[in-house]
Amino acid sequence: MSEDEEDQSPPPSDLRSQQQQQRPPCSPNKSRNCISSSSQTFPDHVLENVLENVLQFLESRTDRNAASLVCKLWWKVEGLTRSEVFIGNCYALSPTRLTQRFKRVRSLLLKGKPRFADFNLMPPDWGANFAPWVSTMAKAYPWLEKVDLKRIFVSDDDLALLAHSFPGFKELILVCCEGFGTSGIAVVANKCRKLKVLDLIESEVTDDEVDWISCFPEDVTCLESLAFDCVEAPINFKALEALVIRSPFLRKLRLNRFVSLEEVHRLLLGAPQLTSLGTGSFKHDNQSEQEQEPDYAAAFRACKSVVCLSGFRELMPEYLPAILPVCANLTSLNFSYANISPDMFKPIIHTCHKLQVFWALDSICDEGLQAVAATCKELRELRIFPFDPREDSEGPVSELGLQAISEGCRKLESVLYFCQRMTNAALIAMSHNCPELTVFRLCIMGRHRPDHVTGKAMDEGFGAIVKNCKKLTRLAVSGLLTDQAFRYMGEYGKLIRTLSVAFAGDSDMALRHVLEGCPRLQKLEIRDSPFGDVALRSGMHRYYNMRFVWMSACSLSMGCCKDVARAMPNLVVEVIGSDDDDENREFVETLYMYRSLDGPRKDAPQFVTIL
Amino acid sequence: MSRKKMGHTFASKLLLLLPTSLACFSVFPLSLIEKKVSSMNLSSIKQLASTKPHFIFTINFSITNSFPYFSSVKMDEFVNLEATELRLGLPGTDNVCEGRERVSCSKRALQGAAENETESSTMKTETSPPRKAQIVGWPPVRSFRKNIVQTKKNESESEGGRGLYVKVSMDGAPYLRKIDLSCYKGYSELLKALEMMFNFSAGEYFEREGYNGSEFVPTYEDKDGDWMLIGDVPWEMFVCTCKRLRIMKGSEAKGFGCDV
Repeated sequence: MSEDEEDQSPPPSDLRSQQQQQRPPCSPNKSRNCISSSSQTFPDHVLENVLENVLQFLESRTDRNAASLVCKLWWKVEGLTRSEVFIGNCYALSPTRLTQRFKRVRSLLLKGKPRFADFNLMPPDWGANFAPWVSTMAKAYPWLEKVDLKRIFVSDDDLALLAHSFPGFKELILVCCEGFGTSGIAVVANKCRKLKVLDLIESEVTDDEVDWISCFPEDVTCLESLAFDCVEAPINFKALEALVIRSPFLRKLRLNRFVSLEEVHRLLLGAPQLTSLGTGSFKHDNQSEQEQEPDYAAAFRACKSVVCLSGFRELMPEYLPAILPVCANLTSLNFSYANISPDMFKPIIHTCHKLQVFWALDSICDEGLQAVAATCKELRELRIFPFDPREDSEGPVSELGLQAISEGCRKLESVLYFCQRMTNAALIAMSHNCPELTVFRLCIMGRHRPDHVTGKAMDEGFGAIVKNCKKLTRLAVSGLLTDQAFRYMGEYGKLIRTLSVAFAGDSDMALRHVLEGCPRLQKLEIRDSPFGDVALRSGMHRYYNMRFVWMSACSLSMGCCKDVARAMPNLVVEVIGSDDDDENREFVETLYMYRSLDGPRKDAPQFVTIL
Repeated sequence: MSRKKMGHTFASKLLLLLPTSLACFSVFPLSLIEKKVSSMNLSSIKQLASTKPHFIFTINFSITNSFPYFSSVKMDEFVNLEATELRLGLPGTDNVCEGRERVSCSKRALQGAAENETESSTMKTETSPPRKAQIVGWPPVRSFRKNIVQTKKNESESEGGRGLYVKVSMDGAPYLRKIDLSCYKGYSELLKALEMMFNFSAGEYFEREGYNGSEFVPTYEDKDGDWMLIGDVPWEMFVCTCKRLRIMKGSEAKGFGCDV
């Protein structure tokens, strides 16, 4: 079974150079002698050595997967040389299988819960625990350096075990994780002396009232990246300041909202080498004793290398111009926690000519988006989040903003857009203007909303997107959609790997179009759509080639799910119920199914039935 | 039930209704005096107020000129004045049971999700503007992001409404209403709102005897399906377990131990 491709940043370059240093090249004389002396096939161990030295340079996961399929020997050697392992679904295999196949892993990227769990569509304590993984790896990979977890339940004990088991541990990245607190972080900070990266991103971190910042070792640290903006606990600022001063390699720093603007100012003066800064709360504390306000702009001016800015929590808009000195260099700007009006926004964005990644709230309105379109010609990624995330909210952005962006930012690759009003025309325009689009996620927040100008369904708009954006790999649809939209997806969406559907479609045919027409489909998540047994059965030829299928509040019967489970023994079919398990319930509440090499998991909670 | 809170609501209601001659606006912090305030709409004043919580703002205004907004507001929405109330408290103190309700109420909402589909179609027959039931997990914004923006919303707009919608029916009334429980801070506010909405009086609440002095009895159905008297359990528990409200009348009400 090959692991899946994912939008992955390339592995850190130091890992490769380390490999080169540690593995002495196999002497070529040995193999040459063998060639001359025998006309038979090479002894296996020689081939192995040669292969090892060749395969160690393979970095891409897909290349490695392909190489491992050549023959048994290649499979074995590839397993010896793979140092970075990606596991897209932690239940697709057991930790033992991982350690048996790959012997020298330095870096693990593990993903757990399905994405819809983020939106409360699944009861808590579903699973995806880090514990079995860390305990198995603690014995098998003493030289583990990097762990990157997404939507995994990590306990403080797990973190402690990690900190104690891996002396060379360098990078801990926890994205959308939960189950741990500041005490676990303290252990990692204290014990991992070679720690370079500690990134806590959108995770739930309980406040154990531990001063974890003070737990970093006293001498110069190797820290290059420290992100704790999701930690909802006050920080010992003095310790933080001291830490920053003794971390000469620190490039990325993301603070939480308990760090005030004045404190950020002091930090910046002491760390001008920063390239990425996430500010804390961006407001001036009027109760401070200083007579004069600190010159925030001067501090930013001193940071000539800052190219990425985020944070801006609790923003006081009048202080926003302080960032102007760095705007011209910015490639990434995240205003998505700041309620900024168009008037405040425009003077800032007009200086950001190099911007490539831009996240913001819809409070900047269509007007703000037009300003982005006018200035940011290098824009690659745009995400507009709703300030008021309710179905019947006002919705200050619309098709006008999106259309302007499509006309101004021709290099756009990734879009996430929350709005209340959209038209097919705007989507068609975007499909023509932005041929580089690989990710297109549009969320029209009011359910079943048609094109607000023509009153028609949004079929043609999304159809144009899948048809004209030939590189599209990820799609999320919304609004009023009939089966026709799905027919387009099946016909044109040949590269689509991830598809999110909600409140869309008329009949089983819609899902059938997608399952029969999209050969690269890996991740399918559907909610509240009228797809039933016929549709589910039509995809049985695909499910072993997919990472997972999620269908909640659809029209699937238990009988059909059982049939699928019986017909496909390597597919784990989970039916997740809610509390009032009505025996007479006609349809399955939630179906989550995924392939697995090691059978159904043993840690399923009570509300999960594995068929 | 806090009398103080009721008084606060009532007093601000008075303030808004009293016509005064001048529209003037005085602000104390020095750093703001230089700023020109071009438009005097309430939300910008409130935004300033919330960002400088420790300063005192006084506002006198006349209803007729400055607030066309009020002419379109229905009487029953006057009860929930949070959108127009000025607060002197520190920002971020409004989160009632935000965290708790998300965990414990998600199950209720999960069940309700299927219900809500049919509800939204029947709601078209109601005469009042139908506000859609909030579907769980929609729009797909992570709670982390919602929380962050929520604290800011509370600072800048002080709006209630985190979407705890329950149906309210009254015996004898022609149609259902839907209210957002998270708009209210306690039973007194809720009861006042119900009284205004349906134009009745609930009488006084006594712990042992229930409601005294009225033939109407406010009850609610909890998530176990039992009908309970409103006010029996602590407010936070009520908000999390209440599925719908019903104002019973007359003979049925006797079952709840009320003296008519």
